[in-house]
Amino acid sequence: MDITIIKPILPEIVMAALACVVLILELFIHKKETIGVFAILAVAAVSYVIPQSFGSAFNGMFISDGYSVFFKFIFFINLILAVLISIRYLKIERSEFGEYYSLMMFATLGMMIMASATDLIVLYLGLELMALSTYILAGFIRHDRRSNEAALKYFFLGAFSSAILLYGITMIYALTGTTNILAIASQLQGKMTTQLILAIVFLVVAFGFKIALAPFHMWTPDVYEGAPTSITAFMSVGPKAAAFAALGRVFTTGLIDFAPDWRGILIALSILTMAVGNILAIQQSNIKRMLAYSSIAHAGYAVIGVIAGGAEGLSAMMNYLFIYAFMNIGAFAVVIMLRVEGVKGEELEHYRGLAKTHPLAAVLMLIFMFSLTGIPPTGGFIGKFYLFKAAVGAGYAWLAVVAVVFSVISAYFYLRVVMYMYMHEPEGEPAALATSTPLGLALLITTIMVIVLGVYPSPFLAFARLAIG
Amino acid sequence: MQYYLLIPFLPLAAFVINITLGKKIIRKQAHWPSTLAVLGSLVVAVMVLMDVLAGKTLNEDLYTWIISDKFQVSVGFLLDQLTAVMLIVVTSVSFLVHVYSIGYMHDDPGYYRFYAYLSLFTFSMLMLVMANNFLQLYFGWEAVGLCSYLLIGFWYEKKSASDAGKKAFIVNRFGDFGFGLGVIMIFLTFGTLHYIPVFGDAGKFLNESVNILGLEVNLITLIALLLFCGAVGKSAQIPLHVWLPDAMEGPTPVSALIHAATMVTAGVFMVARCNPIFSLSPTAMGVVAVVGGVTALFAATIALVQNDIKRVVAYSTISQLGYMFLACGVGAYAAGIFHLYTHAYFKALLFLCAGSVMHAMGGELDMQKMGGLKKYMPVTYWTMLIASLSISGIPGLAGFFSKDEILFRAYAAGGVGKFAWLLGTVAALLTAFYSFRLIFLTFHGEFRGTEEQRHHLHESPKVMTIPLLILCVGAIASGWVGIPPLLGGGEHFSEFLAPVVGHPHGEATHAEEWMTMGISVAVALAGIIVAVVFYLKNPSIPVNLAKRFQFAYRVLWNKYYVDELYDLIIVRPTLFVAKNIIVGFTDGAIIEGIVNGLPRMVNRIGAQVRKVQNGLLQHYGAIMALGLFLILAILMIKYSG
Repeated sequence: MDITIIKPILPEIVMAALACVVLILELFIHKKETIGVFAILAVAAVSYVIPQSFGSAFNGMFISDGYSVFFKFIFFINLILAVLISIRYLKIERSEFGEYYSLMMFATLGMMIMASATDLIVLYLGLELMALSTYILAGFIRHDRRSNEAALKYFFLGAFSSAILLYGITMIYALTGTTNILAIASQLQGKMTTQLILAIVFLVVAFGFKIALAPFHMWTPDVYEGAPTSITAFMSVGPKAAAFAALGRVFTTGLIDFAPDWRGILIALSILTMAVGNILAIQQSNIKRMLAYSSIAHAGYAVIGVIAGGAEGLSAMMNYLFIYAFMNIGAFAVVIMLRVEGVKGEELEHYRGLAKTHPLAAVLMLIFMFSLTGIPPTGGFIGKFYLFKAAVGAGYAWLAVVAVVFSVISAYFYLRVVMYMYMHEPEGEPAALATSTPLGLALLITTIMVIVLGVYPSPFLAFARLAIG
Repeated sequence: MQYYLLIPFLPLAAFVINITLGKKIIRKQAHWPSTLAVLGSLVVAVMVLMDVLAGKTLNEDLYTWIISDKFQVSVGFLLDQLTAVMLIVVTSVSFLVHVYSIGYMHDDPGYYRFYAYLSLFTFSMLMLVMANNFLQLYFGWEAVGLCSYLLIGFWYEKKSASDAGKKAFIVNRFGDFGFGLGVIMIFLTFGTLHYIPVFGDAGKFLNESVNILGLEVNLITLIALLLFCGAVGKSAQIPLHVWLPDAMEGPTPVSALIHAATMVTAGVFMVARCNPIFSLSPTAMGVVAVVGGVTALFAATIALVQNDIKRVVAYSTISQLGYMFLACGVGAYAAGIFHLYTHAYFKALLFLCAGSVMHAMGGELDMQKMGGLKKYMPVTYWTMLIASLSISGIPGLAGFFSKDEILFRAYAAGGVGKFAWLLGTVAALLTAFYSFRLIFLTFHGEFRGTEEQRHHLHESPKVMTIPLLILCVGAIASGWVGIPPLLGGGEHFSEFLAPVVGHPHGEATHAEEWMTMGISVAVALAGIIVAVVFYLKNPSIPVNLAKRFQFAYRVLWNKYYVDELYDLIIVRPTLFVAKNIIVGFTDGAIIEGIVNGLPRMVNRIGAQVRKVQNGLLQHYGAIMALGLFLILAILMIKYSG
């Protein structure tokens, strides 16, 4: 067999193999941390084969290009950070089962396939692999009713959205006789038909569900709140980024001729999403739920990159997701740190006077909250700056203004956390923090990256730009 | 020359280390990271100076932070002769102050915090002087202001200290507002913020003017004056000088570093840096010269009667800064920077000596309660005496050469310069007088403090006196690099700076140069002799004089009532408006209405929308489907119609 045929998919093959190895190792290793470490090493192994993988395979159904590689790095970062924040947390939740890490790896594998897919069926395969793994992970704390509920809700609604996606793919196939994303455009020849409207709308809705665009976001708060916090962090970045990768590829290549139509839908959804995310986040007193709404709002911002389109818009979107990975997981890492035996640590009240009792944790949370708000010199500012700049450049200055207004609203609930930490006196005995070396490492990485991306973003911007080609 | 990056970033690293690890881990060792970092910066600064002396200069962008069309925010560095001088001044004084503080601050509970701020300040100041564009200059400008605020209010439990910090910050807002506008005007005019293209193109806009409220103003003059606003605030010139004396509430090493040697001289540096702009506008130059000259005299008169040892030195600083602006205003930028450089050493020395005295006196600041300290603290006495001789302008010492250069250049420039020369010469007389008044009141005569204080009197530890001795060398010898040809020197300093700031205008004969020099030496000696008569020979004279000219004395004692005036015309009306109109009406009715009303509205909407989020799976599915059909319907209608 000619090895070069499978070269583009080699990273995925390695990831799949190592995920299976991790699954088997679970039987022999009792110290579950070791398995977590192995998962991180697996990422290193996969990253090692990525540079050789560039190219297209399986008659153009699968591609390894700059675009997909950039997203794969986001998934790897997501996986590594999620593993780091999980290790101590799972003990506290008494849910230390080895398949946890292999499920994370399988989910990541699904994301990788989604980013690389140039065929709608392959895309669907990746999406299902990712989704099924995350359904299980969401319900991973088996003795917790909320966790079970989250998994079930996610599964039912996820199945619903999968059906919609398949329906959309069917429509495309019926019209063009192909499921190849690159071939669709030439087959359609820019002709608008009723079936195509159906196809576009179904695809938007299906991806919108994964990205959590309003009004297809309804599952997000319940699932994010109920799922284990480490998985919430994982889900709020990885699957979202994967769906963005697919959305970007399908709409800006296969359906580029119909940009005016889907752009209109996305604009409406983006505004609605920013509104719902930000306004409902204000209502929340539970930090996990607040971060769930916040992640909805951030998806609303990131879609602006796809709307703006072109190299500038897409690279702005990719950058944003890259930066978002660090700041969002960082915030969740602080939330996890407050989760100790007997204390959930999820309520805003638990952050009262944190600056007095645990100043370092408070400073870190402050940095992440500033970054999520988009205050310089943090990465969040850079991310938003280039997104909005892309929007202005593409002639959507008004949309940028709307997004800025919603960013201002978001300051209210992000800075409220800061206010609770710094301007309120602590109540009662300060609880200890659930610190651990891996968690500390995750916090160190996320903090440094949030600052570095804010102060010295040019190499990362250049990387995203290069990935677009 | 890439190693130059170490200069600002070593102190930044020390700041990060101290602020994160200082409280729990480093604690009493906090001086190590900061002091070693600034020592490293000093070494690299010397290397840069060597390179520049060898004729190498550098102007490069390290990277561009954000780009939006023409507007580029870059981090870039310009290393030329002017920068090299500033680097040496900043790092050397900063290093000595770091060392001195080990002794001075040793039992302060905020030890790590002090060193963290000191490092942050050093970083900011270095970024300011190394910038190659106006935005980075502005960044450094604001960052040193922030550090100044943090360090003035270092003992924030003390109300006077935190008030002084606020005052410094707020007064600087006035100046910085103008400075910010100046930077914006530069961008609007030149389309860039980098020094080199701006300075290169400045001549093209010589005859352009802008219309402000129906008044035609020359564009270059406007830019120069707006920039000068910032300098007036930062360098405490009239009318924004009021914050500097209050800033003495901060720890004394801070006064020496920030409020004497470095930050307050940023204004002078900026004017010298922007000399291609200033030189194009005779109007702006005249304003700079007059403000400088008047401030030099005005602040010196106040210093005559103050009893607070640090305030005397503070007014002396304001006065000396006035000299530097005076020099810039007559086009003798090199002379201004020369004085900045010598002044850094003798003024830092004066402050650190004052700190040493305070250390011995248990924090006492009133000179009327001192006296006779000479025999208890010989090192402090002799170094402070030399610093005072230097600032008075006694030939051979650093202050003589730089001050003489300024006065001569002012005289030679003619016109406004002659007037400024007169102001400066009178101020020189007063400078010598008040400097020796301070020496005599503090170190001579009988001790006038309490018995308890007398027991406590001691010379400061070595870690404090050695920096004094090193600075003393600077106060004596730093002027030797700029000896005028008239005295057999080569004017190396101004020749060195000439590529950046050019040569001063104006011609004068040797006879005139001898004359100005003779006059300034004569007034310095006269000032010292008067002080000897008043405070050593016949102490009843000043008392009688104060009685005789009670009005004048009171005006000076109360610093011309400037603080009271500002209180009356700015502070009180502002507070009145704030309390009655802003809090009562605007804030209460309008802002609160919007700020609270909007979230309340948002909240109310949220509460309604939230009801949809009821946790019921079938509802969620239904809403998804509804959304889908809605989008579909809109598109279908659009295409069927």
